Amino acid sequence: MISAETTGPSSPAVCIAPPDLESLFESLKKQGYQLVGPTVQNGAIVYDTLESVTDLPIGWTEEQEAGTYRLKRRDDEALFGYTVGPHSWKKFLFPSQQRLWQGRKKGDGSFETLVDEEPAPRYAFVGVRACDLHAIQIQDQVFTGGSYQDPVYAANREDNFIVAVNCGQAAETCFCTSMNTGPRVDEGYDIALTEIIDSTSHYFVAEAGTERGNNLLAQIPARTAEPEDKRAAQACTEQAKAEIERFIDTTDVKELLYRNYNNPHWEELQQRCLACGNCTMVCPTCFCSKVEDTTDLTGQHAERWRSWDSCFTLDFSYVHGGSVRSSVKSRYRQWLTHKLATWVDQYGSSGCVGCGRCITWCPVGIDITEEVAAIRKSDKANTDG
Amino acid sequence: MVKIRHINDLLAEAPLFEGMEPEQLAILAGCGKLAHFRPGEFLLKEGEEANQFFLIRHGEVALESHLPGGVLTVAKAGEENVVGYSWLFPPYRNQFDARATTDVDAIVLDGECLRGKTHKDHELGYQFMKRFAALMLQRMQAARRQLLDIYGQPNPENS
Amino acid sequence: MMETAVPTVRITEPVPFKIEKVVPELPDCFTFSLTPSETKLPFVFAPGQFNMLYAFGHGEVPISLSGDPADTGKLIHTIRNVGSVTAALQKLKVGDSVGVRGPFGSSWPLEGARGRNVLIMAGGLGLAPLRSAIYYLLANRSEYGTISLLYGSRDPGSILFADELEEWSQKIHVGLTADSASPDWNGQVGVVTELLSQREIVPNTVALVCGPEIMMRFCAYALLDCGLLPADVYVSMERNMKCALGFCGRCQYGPYFVCHDGPVFSFDRVERLFKIREV
Repeated sequence: MISAETTGPSSPAVCIAPPDLESLFESLKKQGYQLVGPTVQNGAIVYDTLESVTDLPIGWTEEQEAGTYRLKRRDDEALFGYTVGPHSWKKFLFPSQQRLWQGRKKGDGSFETLVDEEPAPRYAFVGVRACDLHAIQIQDQVFTGGSYQDPVYAANREDNFIVAVNCGQAAETCFCTSMNTGPRVDEGYDIALTEIIDSTSHYFVAEAGTERGNNLLAQIPARTAEPEDKRAAQACTEQAKAEIERFIDTTDVKELLYRNYNNPHWEELQQRCLACGNCTMVCPTCFCSKVEDTTDLTGQHAERWRSWDSCFTLDFSYVHGGSVRSSVKSRYRQWLTHKLATWVDQYGSSGCVGCGRCITWCPVGIDITEEVAAIRKSDKANTDG
Repeated sequence: MVKIRHINDLLAEAPLFEGMEPEQLAILAGCGKLAHFRPGEFLLKEGEEANQFFLIRHGEVALESHLPGGVLTVAKAGEENVVGYSWLFPPYRNQFDARATTDVDAIVLDGECLRGKTHKDHELGYQFMKRFAALMLQRMQAARRQLLDIYGQPNPENS
Repeated sequence: MMETAVPTVRITEPVPFKIEKVVPELPDCFTFSLTPSETKLPFVFAPGQFNMLYAFGHGEVPISLSGDPADTGKLIHTIRNVGSVTAALQKLKVGDSVGVRGPFGSSWPLEGARGRNVLIMAGGLGLAPLRSAIYYLLANRSEYGTISLLYGSRDPGSILFADELEEWSQKIHVGLTADSASPDWNGQVGVVTELLSQREIVPNTVALVCGPEIMMRFCAYALLDCGLLPADVYVSMERNMKCALGFCGRCQYGPYFVCHDGPVFSFDRVERLFKIREV
């Protein structure tokens, strides 16, 4: 569903001064894009509408650990000197609340349904991390890669302009390297920026990944990138890689989880997991939803709304007779096994991109990397059944 | 050698095998070993090949079947009870889960071994089957009484 | 080897269908016969598939099609009142509208079973999704070997489609049993697997099984013990469903989405999942 064509690595990289990023924003706005990207709100770096470069979290970074998130001032004015916050791009592509259709009773007793005709916004995402870019591609597969296409996602994703930003640092909870999703973006972007910042200089190395990315870069003041600029850009992402502390051994992780449905370790999680669902809300690939059918007092008008839901709720698996997954351990097992194992059989890739949000935002600090390691340790090959 | 004699003694103490000759008990003991289960562990799993039965020495085992929405306990077995009858006849398939609800000490008897021994020694076979048939009769009657309880109320949907 | 018909109505918004007939089957169970309000398109479905039925303003539920697939002019659904949406549906009368999306899901392997014997085991309301298969098999009788239906109900008063069972027994073997009964019941008493032990199961048989999950498990094991291969035993699974399109994630069963990988599964695909609690 990525409509722009990809150009090869032969597009020359350019260097942009931070003030000139504003003209990048202006160009995008002139083309009718709605800019969304990182900004500081309520003590976190979230994704919201951007009017100008000054809305970016300039000079901010975060401290992240299991169950911990706080903003911290940097000692420089980096525009993208953080990693990821509680929001992910699914906020825009797969809105948390969406009216699917309205219904109206007709005189003859039947009814008609009306879908909102409003055109979908054309989003330009600014500041897309490599892990999140992979997450978008994973959700492309979920919502548009099967026999049915979700019209809401497809419309939001069409003509979606991506300005990716390579990471120059890693949070304690990051583990993109284990999932092969970063810290460098590889494809699926229109423009990729790497922020070079030190005591003597501050600029961006920019590369186009598509024809239209190239055209946009051509419109803004820039100089050709020299070899030392490209080396500096490379060093940035190497630095991010070096800072990564967490790790999942993904060797055979699908088979591992498939044979450990009855591992006693799940019982241990029952003691800790609150089934609050935070992990599913912040996870950039989680896609489960519920629908609510409502009617007004007259009973003549109805609406169907879709909203995010979580496999951690009791209702999620309810069938006549009760919930299939009534214990918390079975729900945690479902989430982990789906994310790392059944997802592979369903969509051809892992569901996890190593962004670490589930670790940061879990109120009791459950760490997916530790849980997989624990399962591996207590793995009994003939546990199943 | 010590272990087999130990099982021998345990079998001799079991009310189930009361009246059996020492030589017969020795043959049975040859098919047995001791097992311990922690609470929550499964002795038998529904659907799998039935090749063992358990004589519970200490603790309690629940016979269960799971379904969407929960788990049904159909029976419980405590001290001196037997768990597992499906090993006696084909298709040798466990019909229920048997799960330890407490710590459980049990004597596990190997089905194939026992079937072989009783096939060869018909007197042993008779003594064994006599006792098992009595147990199964008890179970069947208890199960039927349970059914009466479940179905005994006039069906409110049909009235 | 799954035969699926492509949806012939819109898949995201329900299309209104008029209730042309309501047949009360049991106190909590009724059958709708629906005809299209707007479109005259033939509604094509394969036995085993389901529609999402919408009670205006209340919600949708997945209900299997239980009518004759050869009759493309109407939809037959047998529904049990178990929740707020089905309760709302039960209140509707002839002339009222029901929203329809579908058909969805996999179907009974009727094409693949040609030339083979077919054994159908139904428990309780499970007979409804199998009825459309039975209609098809009877309409194409010469294409199949022996056809048998073994049906177990909770009690004689809960037997579904009793008149049709009588008709069918003239053409195929029909075995009936009730879990419990009163003296005026002439039929068998016991669970449906006991009917199986009384039949001689011929080789080259495909089995279609539908009913409560425990019943399907026991029937599947019994069929394997009769010598059927797991790939020749088919079950119909049920899970929470909202979208029927594989997007809401609720109907997941291991790696499968019951809405599009199922609801009909061959037992070899789900045998290991049946054994796992709360999966």
